[in-house]
Amino acid sequence: QESQASGLPEYIKIVEVGPRDGLQNEKVIVPTDIKIELINRLSKTGLPAIEVTSFVSSKWVPQMADHKEVMRGIERHPGVQYPVLTPNLQGFHSAIAAGAKEVSVFGAASESFSKMNINCSIEESIEKFEEVAKSARNMNIPVRGYVSCALGCPYEGNVTPAKVAEVSKRLYSVGCYEISLGDTIGVGTPGSMKRMLEAVMKEIPLSALAVHCHDTYGQALANILTAIQMGVSVVDSSVAGLGGCPYAKGATGNVATEDVIYMLNGLGINTGANLYRVMEAGNFICTALNKKTNSKVAQASFNTGTIN
Amino acid sequence: PRGSAGAVPRLTLSLCPQVSAAAAAGAFPKRVKVVEVGPRDGLQNEENVVPTPVKINLINMLSETGLQVIEATSFVSPKWVPQMADHAEVMQGINKLPGISYPVLTPNLKGFQAAVAAGAKEVSIFGAASELFTKKNINCSIEESLERFAEVMAAARAASIPVRGYVSCVLGCPYEGKISAAKVAEVSKKMYSMGCYEISLGDTIGVGTPGSMKEMLTAVMKEVPVGALAVHCHDTYGQALANILVALQMGVSVVDASVAGLGGCPYAQGASGNVATEDLVYMLNGLGIHTGVDLQKLMDTGTFICNALNRRTNSKVSQASCRL
Repeated sequence: QESQASGLPEYIKIVEVGPRDGLQNEKVIVPTDIKIELINRLSKTGLPAIEVTSFVSSKWVPQMADHKEVMRGIERHPGVQYPVLTPNLQGFHSAIAAGAKEVSVFGAASESFSKMNINCSIEESIEKFEEVAKSARNMNIPVRGYVSCALGCPYEGNVTPAKVAEVSKRLYSVGCYEISLGDTIGVGTPGSMKRMLEAVMKEIPLSALAVHCHDTYGQALANILTAIQMGVSVVDSSVAGLGGCPYAKGATGNVATEDVIYMLNGLGINTGANLYRVMEAGNFICTALNKKTNSKVAQASFNTGTIN
Repeated sequence: PRGSAGAVPRLTLSLCPQVSAAAAAGAFPKRVKVVEVGPRDGLQNEENVVPTPVKINLINMLSETGLQVIEATSFVSPKWVPQMADHAEVMQGINKLPGISYPVLTPNLKGFQAAVAAGAKEVSIFGAASELFTKKNINCSIEESLERFAEVMAAARAASIPVRGYVSCVLGCPYEGKISAAKVAEVSKKMYSMGCYEISLGDTIGVGTPGSMKEMLTAVMKEVPVGALAVHCHDTYGQALANILVALQMGVSVVDASVAGLGGCPYAQGASGNVATEDLVYMLNGLGIHTGVDLQKLMDTGTFICNALNRRTNSKVSQASCRL
């Protein structure tokens, strides 16, 4: 009732990107069995979607070289989605062969970023994704679309909301069921988040939108709050805030799932996720990575020995 | 009416409907006053103690950033707070720039008199919305603590010195747990009616979320005009900026913060405390809200004090901007 009265969504789907986006951007590479154990633990937390791995060439992303083994090795819990990244048709076929039932494709709202990252223009990249989407449709495989640099680009700087809306619309029209808008370098604030969402919401139904906020400038939760106040009901996050920012040395990247759940719990919004179990999964992977958690909730809770 | 004493400015604010109307429309305040608490709340809760010249340099650097209010020190017995033992020297040693207020904490009449003797022109007093917290902290009840403050209020009024009131534990207490919004409203009302020109509502252990912030402010705003309210959010659970955002949406236009996020949480070992001023200003800039603060100069000040404390900054903006 609390969330209804405030005009916020009653339920928010959290998409856990730690095993993929998180681990891909960590300095230390974890062995396959640790990855599998992490995903299995996350499967028991109540989180509805866990991004497992990336079917991209191990030349480019060595941390995800074991994508087949991970995909085949994990437990599949009923009611939990296990999407994987597929940059092109080859990756898609490989993913299906390994048992994937959902895939993701990555576009960007910045030409420079697209060029630097995947060496082609935005339109060229979407043409590739269209091939993936066509094959996926034939096999009843849902496709999620990501739009990077939605609130700023490390090369171009400012990115216009109109551009984000245009790219999102293209991805949606080739068949993505959901568009995750990524603040790739975390420069966004509630001001720019609002303007960007207003533009995108003119082109794409609210229910098909997600936000993927980075906490590099500490703005993630404020940006997520702004998004959910506007009706967005899907939020990406990473257990323990795994995954630094490749564009700002030593800076943080993904927002921590624990901190997101804490906020949503406090707002009376249902996520289905058990905060304590997520913290335990976070503790597990941080121990394996020999690093401190980036989650403030985990930091505070493990030090007082109490969970609020 | 920043830092001005007396009932007239408060009356003007309570007759001013614009703030509430704008808040109702979902608009943000056009300007926010940032109250910098690093030199007091921050340093008081750091493990390492810095020498007096470093404190003075910190405050002087902050004075160059555009900040209008810088909480300088605390006139409390060094037996209880050794980090603030040099309060008189700090107060006398800092450059006091025109247009900038340098409030100091005064827990009782003795502290108030020492503060005034050292040149203080504004003071702060600390109440709490939790009986148990008050008992553990200053060994008396809330009512008794307010009686002590009445002495300070009388002396301050006689000396034309404005008094800011803090209310701790507004969104939760380390001992009592949940705190009712009604209790926060009650204590805030008392302190406001005693003569505090501003009430800073503190989420002392950082457990609040936008949900509890909204509920608490709704209750308090029935008793105290929003123009006299400030929020003092701790980032112990990462919720500070989201909580501040909600407060701004409800019309609050005064926000406390600590440069570099100085000041850990005494109730959760190793956890963070105060929200970082840099991160707050970054958000306000992005919202087009005027603060008058130069973010680069602020970051430079944060770098200075972190080097002096031999610690990493708690400000994410600073971390991200660092090219080292």
